[in-house]
Amino acid sequence: MNDDDRIFKALADPTRRHLLDRLFERDGRTLGQLEFGLEMTRFGVMKHLRVLEEAGLVITRRQGREKLHFLNPVPIRLIHDRWIDKYREPRVSALADLKHELEGKELA
Amino acid sequence: MTVTTDTAVTTQVHRVWIKATPQAIWDAITQPEWTERYGYTNRADYDLRPGGAYRSYPSEPMKRGAEAMGIPLPDVVVDGEVIEVDPPHKLVQTWRMLMDPDTADEGFTRITFEIAEGRGGVSKLTVTHELEGAPKLALIVGGQAEETGAGGGWAWVLSDLKSLLETGAPMDMGDGLKA
Repeated sequence: MNDDDRIFKALADPTRRHLLDRLFERDGRTLGQLEFGLEMTRFGVMKHLRVLEEAGLVITRRQGREKLHFLNPVPIRLIHDRWIDKYREPRVSALADLKHELEGKELA
Repeated sequence: MTVTTDTAVTTQVHRVWIKATPQAIWDAITQPEWTERYGYTNRADYDLRPGGAYRSYPSEPMKRGAEAMGIPLPDVVVDGEVIEVDPPHKLVQTWRMLMDPDTADEGFTRITFEIAEGRGGVSKLTVTHELEGAPKLALIVGGQAEETGAGGGWAWVLSDLKSLLETGAPMDMGDGLKA
């Protein structure tokens, strides 16, 4: 599995996306804070966090006695630059061309 | 926009894997001929020893872009002090953004660059930015001010750095920042 596969696989699960959203709202959380309110065992949350960590989407850092989880947005940025931008630009310009063509006809 | 400060959560950690040697990544962070080629295209000036000065100067395209938006740029856009140097693996420094009076008032923040060699010629670069007392700067470097023309912060800079080192060319952002 390459890096892109790992990222798409990590993002394919709703619980993992939810965990990323939680870290986006408030970064640097402990496992206890992340599992709060989730209907899942601590072990289940740990498993999801490990998948996110292996994909590079979550980074853990020790701070004193606590292990804090940080959202790493760089892989998502890379996916965006690689997969989203590429398909967005031509479509936007295609729409712009269509607009010009239609407006040109109206004037004529 | 309301900015609330939460001193418990003021650190940002960004990580990227780059197919390059630690030395190449170290040079790309510390050498001006490299820093001009990606991200905000600033010209970095490091005195690489503890207590040494760090200054970052705006590139010509950046100056023109700022002038076009009606924002006068100071001669030095970021300043700071080198705290720890262990080439090509670790650099710790302070960092103060002078481009905007508000971020200048927030004072110095602290950045740690860590570069670790991995398998297959891939190195891991981790940038830890401690942003206590700097909520406005945190929005900018966190990429949340991108729509206002402030660039995409660390994620954007590191994505571009990866492109430059792996392909020899930065991403084409279409934003006119590139020389």
